[in-house]
Amino acid sequence: MSAFAALVRRDLVLAARIGGGGYLSLLFFMVVVALVPFALGPDLNLLSRIGPAILWLAAVMATLIGLDRLFQADEEDGSLDVMLGASLPLELAILAKVLAHWLTTGLPLALCVPLFGLLVALPAEAMAPTALTLLIGTPGLTAIGAVGAALTATMRRGGLILAVIVAPLMVPSLIFGVSAANAAMGGTVPFTTPLAILGAISLVALVTAALAGAAALRGGE
Amino acid sequence: MEAALSVAHVSVSRLAVRDLACRRGERLLFSGLSFQVEAGQCLTVVGPNGAGKTSLLRILAGLLHPVAGEVACEPAGEAEPRELCHFVGTREAIKASLTVREHVRFWRDLLGGTADPDAVLAEWRLAPQADLPAGYLSSGQRRRLALARLSAAARPIWLLDEPANALDNAAQAALAARIEAHLAAGGLAVVATHLPIAVKGARTMVIGGAAP
Repeated sequence: MSAFAALVRRDLVLAARIGGGGYLSLLFFMVVVALVPFALGPDLNLLSRIGPAILWLAAVMATLIGLDRLFQADEEDGSLDVMLGASLPLELAILAKVLAHWLTTGLPLALCVPLFGLLVALPAEAMAPTALTLLIGTPGLTAIGAVGAALTATMRRGGLILAVIVAPLMVPSLIFGVSAANAAMGGTVPFTTPLAILGAISLVALVTAALAGAAALRGGE
Repeated sequence: MEAALSVAHVSVSRLAVRDLACRRGERLLFSGLSFQVEAGQCLTVVGPNGAGKTSLLRILAGLLHPVAGEVACEPAGEAEPRELCHFVGTREAIKASLTVREHVRFWRDLLGGTADPDAVLAEWRLAPQADLPAGYLSSGQRRRLALARLSAAARPIWLLDEPANALDNAAQAALAARIEAHLAAGGLAVVATHLPIAVKGARTMVIGGAAP
């Protein structure tokens, strides 16, 4: 098995085991989405209009959950030293960890949109497009968060600082993700325009995360 | 994977350190440190607490940048020093929820080794614990698991930081024998330790002893 695959596999196994927090993001996503209708009151029209925004906000918050441990756990127990000694470039090791994190957070969130969309009265025709925006947008969110996670890897209680650092950087994904989902529910903008920009943001974020995250981890020594 | 495999078979004839200086925070731990370790040799580094033994090993492993001086592996190949060495530190890189065998398999795949995990575990007397989550191991067993990384992937340079901590007498002897086998196979080792380690022909270097 290649070093990249071994790292992805290890992180997936760790996430699935007790204490790994693999399902935590999905549960958090569900809690946030379920609470909003209670806060807004019984206005189905309002709810379905802002449904994509609620789902996207919840996705941003759910991505931040547990992200602070992405590199911190490996830094604390010395696993990071072992990874630095591998022939696998650190940039690829970061992408492996981003992939594993996305497989346990972003992907389940996107797949569960048809379920959670019901809670915010999302119109049936908007279900699949909204799920698609999350599928394309959440890798970018995880990648952006990984840079913050690398910067705060050696910090105790770095979770809050991480959120403060990366939340502003997630704004572009949020804007184009929500506008793509809204475009699917009607409007003048074609669905694919904001979606293409969202995809571009995610791709740029993945490349940036690999380079910036590696620089941050190396500089942390 | 191809590149990683070839690295494992790269031999290093000498590890040369010239004029090394290390600073941690405001303190200069050591400076002007020069030494060489040839293939087949073991160097034990001793010194009082805080003398910079761990920092020295981390510099050799390429995990820490020295403020001055250089570390060179000869002959100079394509592989970076960090890809040629095993650094086993006091932080053992062990995850409580992974089983013992999963650790060895992960290290083997990550570091480009070819060893059979069960053979590695038998070598370090961890075979009965193979399917146990590492969180249940005693500190001596954790230590042996961390050291099992040395066998999971072949690398010419071993950098061991207090390897004998928490090991019982039998395990210490087995560790010394394992280091000797590594040296006999053309490897080299630098060991920072307080406990005397019975490796035949090991040289000893004292750092920080003369500091005021």
